[in-house]
Amino acid sequence: MEALAALVAALTLQAGWNASLVALGAGMLGLAAGGAGAFLFLRKRALVSDAASHATLPGVAAAFLVMVAFGGDGRFLPGLMLGSAISAGLGLALVAWITRATRLAEDAAIGAVLSVSFGLGIVLLTVIQIVPAGKAAGLEGFLLGSTAGMLQSEAVTIAVAGAIAAALVFALRRPMTLVAFDPEHAEATGVGVWRTDLAMMGVALLVTVVGLKIVGLVLIVALLIIPPVAARFWTDRVSTLALLATAFGGVAGYVGAAISSIEARLPTGPIIVLAAFAIFAVSFLVSPRRGVLAALLRRRRLEARVHLRQGLLALARGEAVYDRLTLRLLLARGWIRRDGAMTEAGRAAAAAAALDEARWSLARRLLPEAGVAERYDGLTPIGESLTPDQIARIDRGLARPEALA
Amino acid sequence: MRLLESFAARSPLSQALPASARPPLAQGPERGAGATPAPDAAADAPLCVRGLTVAYGGKPAVFGVDATLPAGSMTAIVGPNGAGKSTFLKGALGVIPRVAGEATVFGKPFARARHRVAYVPQRASVDWDFPALAEDVVMMGLYPRMGLFRLPGRRHRETARACLARVGMEAFAERQIGQLSGGQQQRVFLARALAQDADLYLLDEPFAGVDAATETVLVSVLQSLRDAGRTVACVHHDLSTVAAYFDRVLLLNGARIAEGPVAETFTEANLQAAYGGRLATAGLAAPGAIPATPAGSPPAPPPGAAAR
Repeated sequence: MEALAALVAALTLQAGWNASLVALGAGMLGLAAGGAGAFLFLRKRALVSDAASHATLPGVAAAFLVMVAFGGDGRFLPGLMLGSAISAGLGLALVAWITRATRLAEDAAIGAVLSVSFGLGIVLLTVIQIVPAGKAAGLEGFLLGSTAGMLQSEAVTIAVAGAIAAALVFALRRPMTLVAFDPEHAEATGVGVWRTDLAMMGVALLVTVVGLKIVGLVLIVALLIIPPVAARFWTDRVSTLALLATAFGGVAGYVGAAISSIEARLPTGPIIVLAAFAIFAVSFLVSPRRGVLAALLRRRRLEARVHLRQGLLALARGEAVYDRLTLRLLLARGWIRRDGAMTEAGRAAAAAAALDEARWSLARRLLPEAGVAERYDGLTPIGESLTPDQIARIDRGLARPEALA
Repeated sequence: MRLLESFAARSPLSQALPASARPPLAQGPERGAGATPAPDAAADAPLCVRGLTVAYGGKPAVFGVDATLPAGSMTAIVGPNGAGKSTFLKGALGVIPRVAGEATVFGKPFARARHRVAYVPQRASVDWDFPALAEDVVMMGLYPRMGLFRLPGRRHRETARACLARVGMEAFAERQIGQLSGGQQQRVFLARALAQDADLYLLDEPFAGVDAATETVLVSVLQSLRDAGRTVACVHHDLSTVAAYFDRVLLLNGARIAEGPVAETFTEANLQAAYGGRLATAGLAAPGAIPATPAGSPPAPPPGAAAR
């Protein structure tokens, strides 16, 4: 109960000035990450940003060492961000160069750059432990994110940079959409694919660097990718997808940071990612468009319709029905009795189904211009597809089959 | 603009499309340039390509091609597989880098005349699971005019709908593009090109894998563009329909084999040169016989199939 009260306090910005600031900063970061991630996802560049985020680590460590060497505070956040941006940029350039200069596929280049730069970063972190000023550096916090003891100025820096990244995503949304959908057409209309990709990676880099402190470099890719993937379940339009992903990212960042502020030892990054995953899981399950439950339900409903219809047609022809599902459905509707004999209502339904089928088959001959053949699916009653006049015409034909010949 | 007027005149859409709904006229003297032929007509042609050479990985796919598309013409770009037909288009537009040669569009470098060109790539270059409705795809043709920040307004949406109607796809405006048939997708792409309201339309295999109904629609839309003074060129595979659909032909096989009006250029000798003897002569009798094939006649045995 106490934890719940603390959570409610954190979510409603009652848990103290600092915690509120961190939650808002994380929310802003999530907005930017969701929006930028939407276009990375559409362009299928998610893993490239993972390489970039891992490549920040050597930069963080090097920036710390440089700042200490010049007698400054090694933990100065903008300095660390600058260092991480430089090394992540180098990592990205390396991926691009390997892909261009050799015949290696991009995923191989990503794997190589990601692991090598991460390894280099870890080695540098170990070196920092040896340096006198490095003991209390707390740079490990950049791996998984940490908001404990975060300075107010740091939270503000993160929020402002996040807002800038979100604005850039908005400004670039059209070129990024064109390039992701049809790069050749985009190039021909003057939207340079290379330039647009570069700008997009620049924004992703900004989000990564901004997110280092809160989410950590290992998991920032999740905050870029999970929101758009969750959003994809709800929409078939880019504009809605980008807006939803932005919102999902913002909620995940805000809620995750609030939860982790309850207990200082909770790592912020993993909690934010879990919050994002919760949104994904809900979307995956209950989205009416592409969710699994909806798909299951649609399938069940279709099965029931097919079985009922075919059962009725069999009964109308005087055939026995053996299929268990069909029998159960017919029984549930009260169209047959337990012994398999038709009820009065069943006889009427079977006759109606048989008439419908006969009308459809005649409609194909009488009304070729109405596109009947395409509309017939063996399920839809003809009344939903043709006008009463057309049906009356068919019925006249049914009544006098000899006149049609 | 001529485009919208030309189809507004023959469809009831003209009422649905107030003048304010039309995209702004491209202004400037260059619009009228085609009306008065310059001393060197080729220099101002909708597309003028000189010595175009494009290579993939050290091996030239297209070499030293000269071609000129005159205004108001409809050209088939024909040749065997691997002849560099698509590469020719992409190289001319600078979508892929050129090794040598140059291309001008209405007498200007392509970069300065882009807004007058609509390019329809092969359908294979597109991600079909992309979250876009048919209407959104057509709207993409309007992006260059919308700029960075403007939200699509009602008149943009009306233009997009009108372009979809032009290709008989208005009923599918709200369908996700992956849920359309191949022919319907191709129609949506043509609608996107129409939305660009260009003067030069370059299409890469628009008839590949589409049903007969779609082919008829595409051809009639393209021909009406030509009749309205626009210039059209298509990479085309079906030799049996070249004479019925097009008025000019560009025969390629790495290098240019021949270029000119169908009646003079689409000859057996040129075809043999382009297809290098791989073309079975069945169905292609005397040179004159091919262009004479009337549009409505039952299709000749497709020689294109034999060439593959």
